[in-house]
Amino acid sequence: MSFKTVFTPAIPAIIAANAPKIVAQDVNVYYGEKSAIKELSITIPDKAVSAFIGPSGCGKSTFLRSINRMNDTIPSCRVTGKIAFDGMDIYDRAVDVVELRARIGMVFQKPNPFPKSIFENVAYGVRIHGLAKDKVDLERIVTESLQRASLWDEVKDRLAHAGTGLSGGQQQRLCIARAIAVNPEVILMDEPCSALDPIATARIEELISDLKQNFCIVIVTHSMQQAARVSDLTAFFHLGTLVEVGDTDAVFTNPQEKRTQDYITGRFG
Amino acid sequence: MPNFTSSPRTLKRNRSERIFRAICQSAIALTALFLVFLISNLAINAIPSLTQYVVRLSLVVDPAKVDATQIAAGDFQAIVRTAIAAEFPDVTAKPEKKKLVKLFSTSIAENLQRQVTADPSLIGKTITVEGPLAADADSFLKGQQMSVSALGENSDFEARALAKLKEAGKLTREFSWSLLTNGDSRSPEKAGLRGAFMGSLFTIAITLLVALPLGVAAALYLEEFARQSRLRDLIEVNINNLAAVPSIIFGLLGLAVFVNKFGLPRSSPLVGGLVLALLVLPTIIIASRAALRSVPPSIREAALGVGASHQQSVFHHVLPLAVPGILTGTILGVARALGETAPLLMIGMVAFIADVPTRITDAATALPVQVYLWSALPEAAFRSRTSVAILALLIVLFVFNALAIWLRNRFERRW
Amino acid sequence: MTTTSLNLTKKYRLRHYTEPVVFSLMLGASFFAVLTTLGIVLSVASESYRFFSAVPLQSFLFGTEWAPSSPIPSFGFVPLIVGTLLITIIALAVAAPIGILSAVYMAEYATPRARAFAKPLLELLAGIPTVVLGFFAALTVAPFIRAMGAQVGLTIASESALAAGLVMGMMIVPLISSLSDDVINAVPQAMRDGSYAMGATQSETIRKVVLPAAFPGIVSAFILAISRAIGETMIVVMAAGLAPNLSINPLAAVTTVTVQINAMLVGDQEFDSAKTLSAFALGLTLFVLTLILNVIALRVVRQYKEHYA
Ligand SMILES: Nc1ncnc2c1ncn2[C@@H]1O[C@H](COP(=O)(O)OP(=O)(O)OP(=O)(O)O)[C@@H](O)[C@H]1O
Ligand SMILES: [Mg+2]
Repeated sequence: MSFKTVFTPAIPAIIAANAPKIVAQDVNVYYGEKSAIKELSITIPDKAVSAFIGPSGCGKSTFLRSINRMNDTIPSCRVTGKIAFDGMDIYDRAVDVVELRARIGMVFQKPNPFPKSIFENVAYGVRIHGLAKDKVDLERIVTESLQRASLWDEVKDRLAHAGTGLSGGQQQRLCIARAIAVNPEVILMDEPCSALDPIATARIEELISDLKQNFCIVIVTHSMQQAARVSDLTAFFHLGTLVEVGDTDAVFTNPQEKRTQDYITGRFG
Repeated sequence: MPNFTSSPRTLKRNRSERIFRAICQSAIALTALFLVFLISNLAINAIPSLTQYVVRLSLVVDPAKVDATQIAAGDFQAIVRTAIAAEFPDVTAKPEKKKLVKLFSTSIAENLQRQVTADPSLIGKTITVEGPLAADADSFLKGQQMSVSALGENSDFEARALAKLKEAGKLTREFSWSLLTNGDSRSPEKAGLRGAFMGSLFTIAITLLVALPLGVAAALYLEEFARQSRLRDLIEVNINNLAAVPSIIFGLLGLAVFVNKFGLPRSSPLVGGLVLALLVLPTIIIASRAALRSVPPSIREAALGVGASHQQSVFHHVLPLAVPGILTGTILGVARALGETAPLLMIGMVAFIADVPTRITDAATALPVQVYLWSALPEAAFRSRTSVAILALLIVLFVFNALAIWLRNRFERRW
Repeated sequence: MTTTSLNLTKKYRLRHYTEPVVFSLMLGASFFAVLTTLGIVLSVASESYRFFSAVPLQSFLFGTEWAPSSPIPSFGFVPLIVGTLLITIIALAVAAPIGILSAVYMAEYATPRARAFAKPLLELLAGIPTVVLGFFAALTVAPFIRAMGAQVGLTIASESALAAGLVMGMMIVPLISSLSDDVINAVPQAMRDGSYAMGATQSETIRKVVLPAAFPGIVSAFILAISRAIGETMIVVMAAGLAPNLSINPLAAVTTVTVQINAMLVGDQEFDSAKTLSAFALGLTLFVLTLILNVIALRVVRQYKEHYA
């Protein structure tokens, strides 16, 4: 494996301990002529939380979106290099994005529940992928997903109400429930707490820690504290390149790069 | 290694994706097809009327039938009849002769009269006069025997007569200028669009003269001067609702108010123009407001900053910058007015009027009304002429729209 | 503005007199819209009032026979509104699917180049005067439908509701598609992203997320389209006919409100006969009907916009 732009004295402990889930190699992403990600290589471990940090516009979202090929929906966007999921190149021509995205869920910065009932929001992916055997099964999946997203107690009496009628934090947990209902292997979260108050944020962080038992989680965040609290691996992006990646403790206590240090101590960004 | 190739279920979903996409595309395709069919159908219908068989008769201007001092009272039809008989010396029976005369348009005699009036010295001389064949004979020669033709199944006689004329080189097929230069007529071969053109021109001129200043003034008030108030809300709601009132209602308004209350002349372009002005006023106001709104506030502030009054800043700086946008909206509004028919029917611009209007108070029709009038006539030749009238209307509308688009692209600034 | 310490030019003083005049002129101009509405309401209503003093409102609204020229005239509105609605329904059955699917195509599938072709196409259709469509309906579509009917042994009136309705449907396609295009574009991209991220295909996203989200806007587009169809005159005058049959058979000849308004005013008008005045009663009904529809549609749209503001 080559780590061209990254200075890595040793393989991070979390990568050594857990199986690699996603391995990116020499990834470049372009919007038209403009390059947003340059020669990026990273290994993301399974059953752990990896955090992407970095100043605004450095390409965190862009890279995150290329992991589940959401970038396909942007006509000008082009990806080169290789991103492997369990060893399978996701940009291979034989890959069906529909299948891919069923395995790699995503939660967005602003909660975006569908204009449907709470139940239907969670049932959406289950229905389109045909994952439930029957109605009872569907109800079970919806209930379980809401429970795992720790939203069940708050909404169990109003499953038929509109998902858009919930509070911001509840909506975000609904979106998480919606994502885990299809039983993905990876969950990508792009600043999932930036629209939420501290209490709602704390609940989501708790949830993330719970979920990492079963999922590979990648989270983009602007909060250094959040990255330190929830993640095992931290990757620092700057101007489209990956500057440093390592165990979260190591990156925050003993950054190897000056730029990383400047960023986490708040000197720029 | 995981497998991301499509499962049977996904294959099915992908197939329904393609089907849905194809359905959406075919909706647009259907619309395109409808348009293509509509236009080509009109064009095909119009083609026969674009040309006309013109006959050249040489005849003697018989002094016994025309008196040099009273040319208008001359019996020019009789002169033409004699000339026709002379073309067919072997036809002697009266009914047959009548049949022959029916092959020629009465406008030959009218042309003759015009020539003689212009130059009375022609009386007594032998001259050549041109004029179209009658519409039925004309369509017969063009090979379209149509249902309402006067030439029924037993048209052998006429066919032979026409063939003879053709062989003698007396017939030429020419572009039907009369379509553009003549007024309306009961005879298809004489009917032209000049009256309708002039009617439309007068009507639209009135519409523009009334609606543009009113519309711009109202837009200026609402956009630049009105404070947020009940009054402004009332006016705005009114404008929005007026924009969606069926056009026929405006016709009723015109009939009840302009014609009955104010006593303006019924069927006149004046009333038509006023009614259409009210009809397009909301459109012009809405477009003008949008144009004014797109002028950035910095321009106003700059003007106010150098000591201009509010009105000065608007009239010297904002309005000039909004002019292209206002004109674009106005042209589109006027194009819409140009195609309106229903309100004009209400105020009586729907009568048969042979004279070309010369004043805004003359009785007149307009281009779309002419389409309506001709379409209701039984003669097959009129059907083709209707298509020509429609194409003329569409071309005028196209020019207007092209002008608006040009104006928009040429002058519209992005701030 | 009244400080005189500055050296005021003559022009400046003049402005004090001209500006209020200009202001009142502009105010007056904007009142024209209100005046027009008032004019419509007052003039049409006063003639209608005269009509209703001769013909009872009830026999107008609920009468099932429309025979204004018979020796004992009857002015029953029911056959007219039934005919109008029949044609409107046919028109909507054509325009709703075509309009919405075109809008979906334009907003979701079309490449910028395809859009640059499709949008002017719809604008072109929208710009065709209705008298032209009426001519097409009467002289091309109606005979075609008749011939088709004869093939399968159906007798179809030469002026059938079907021909008028089909062509009217094409007339309102651009209206529905441009309004729907707007509301579909107003659906936040985040909504689509959420669906794609779940692994939904584009058509699933459109059908299950985008269209439900745009539903209120699409409904108001329909309402405006209905209002347009009800008020449309030329297509029905030329293709639907004058026969006041109380029928919901699309193959029969029917008449509509606008056709009868026109018919009542053609030829000699006598402003003391119930026949002529009935045109105004019909006009008033039409005005009220379309006004209600427009108000509903505008309200639905406003709520929708606030929802996604
Ligand atoms: N759809 C797009 N089209 C063109 N350029 C884009 C697009 N999306 C992002 N970019 C550009 O790509 C670069 C990376 O953007 P990206 O959104 O990935 O940054 P980010 O790290 O997520 O920033 P933030 O922290 O503000 O979310 C930026 O310069 C941005 O302007
Ligand atoms: Mg981002």
